[in-house]
Amino acid sequence: MTALIEIDGLTKRFGGFTAVDNVSFTVARGEVLGFLGPNGAGKSTTMRMLAGFMTPTAGTARICGHDVQRDSLAARRALGFLPEGAPTYPDMTVEGFLHFVAAVRGYRGGEAADRVAHAIRLTTLAGVRLQPVETLSKGFKRRVGLAQSMLHDPPVLVLDEPTDGLDPNQKHEVRRLIERMAPDKAIVISTHILEEVDAVCSRAIIIARGRIVADGTPAELERLHPSGKLDDVFRDLTMPAIPTDTRAA
Amino acid sequence: MRNVVIVARRELAAYFATPVAVVFIVIFLALQGALTFNLGNFFDRNQADLAPFFNFLPWVFLLLIPALTMRLWAEERRLGTIELLLTLPITQGQAVVGKFLAAWVFCAIALALTFPFIITVNILGRPDNGVIATGYAGGLLVAGAFLSIGSALSAATKNQVIAFVLGVAVCFLFAVASYPLVTDFLAKSSPGLAEIVRRLSVAERFQGFTRGVVALRDLIFFASFIGFWLFLNTVIVEHRKAD
Repeated sequence: MTALIEIDGLTKRFGGFTAVDNVSFTVARGEVLGFLGPNGAGKSTTMRMLAGFMTPTAGTARICGHDVQRDSLAARRALGFLPEGAPTYPDMTVEGFLHFVAAVRGYRGGEAADRVAHAIRLTTLAGVRLQPVETLSKGFKRRVGLAQSMLHDPPVLVLDEPTDGLDPNQKHEVRRLIERMAPDKAIVISTHILEEVDAVCSRAIIIARGRIVADGTPAELERLHPSGKLDDVFRDLTMPAIPTDTRAA
Repeated sequence: MRNVVIVARRELAAYFATPVAVVFIVIFLALQGALTFNLGNFFDRNQADLAPFFNFLPWVFLLLIPALTMRLWAEERRLGTIELLLTLPITQGQAVVGKFLAAWVFCAIALALTFPFIITVNILGRPDNGVIATGYAGGLLVAGAFLSIGSALSAATKNQVIAFVLGVAVCFLFAVASYPLVTDFLAKSSPGLAEIVRRLSVAERFQGFTRGVVALRDLIFFASFIGFWLFLNTVIVEHRKAD
């Protein structure tokens, strides 16, 4: 197993607030890592640092051996990234936007057209390819973001909430897409939807208040609570501890 | 260089995908026309040149160019697309220069559409078309200088209104730096500083071009002025992108 993503001691502080606190993990080829945690736990911040968008306060992140800070362009070439909320340029058409991404990724002429057509096919966007992104529903916008991230068939995919806003059919499609790509890529997805972990992830990390509180296969994590339900495990690990100090003031 | 062109092309297309392009060009042409013919006494002067046109040009740019640059970075940050753009394999410098070039090309298009002035003055008399050509070149450089200021300030905020107001204010400072208002005030307190400030005046540098004089030092001034602000732009993007 070769580790395509290596994160070592990653820390991000905003003023006095520590958003991500000494997070370390590796993701090997063939693994789909589910990144779980309540809102504000540091999922997006970790992913932004991994994508080289945010500078870490301490620690390093490497993609395919390239340090995301020092060897940033090489790392970004090996990375497909879906930022939180799947931002796209609203006034561009789906095809225009994907052609822009293909051009930046270094594809020209026929190859660029092939890449765009392939990405549109994978994410079933053919019906809206000439529509401006701003006229699309939330689910379609998310798929445009996904199409953009996998256009260059990168060895590493980092997807921040890839199924947010999709209907159950679309969620199913995206999960199948991730499953199909999984064998030869290292994939990290963040999600709130715990059943997604069972459906697509080979491993899950739960993060709370910036720290990793659990790391294992979905089956291993489920054993952490007597009920055997991931929901209960998640609540146990991420809910702030109930104060034991009940003295009257 | 290829990445700069790709970014510039997308940005330029964005101007034309929205009403921004049409509104900007129509207002620019209407303002320049009204000011040149009415306030500038284009006909009463009885001289075959475009001096009134060029006199008003920096002031019209002062007002309109920050409107063109305010969205460049502020909107990327508001929409979150900056996270997408800066995690693609392009450098921040390429993104900054690409966006600046798109806005500059757009200004060149707007300026080119003032060609009826040249036709008018050539029908009415025998102007020195060389002087008109250097005037236009100078106008384009003034546009570039204001664009670089506006673009850098746009990167400092998510709010386009703030980007616009700051842009007008800072461009205004560099436009009036050679005017008695500023120089007299500074001459009293610190004469040395007054001279330096006068040399930083964009309007003063532009004067030479409108008289047909293209001085190397003015070209160097504009190049370093634009270079400085674009450098500042890159630094601001680097520091503020994730805020």
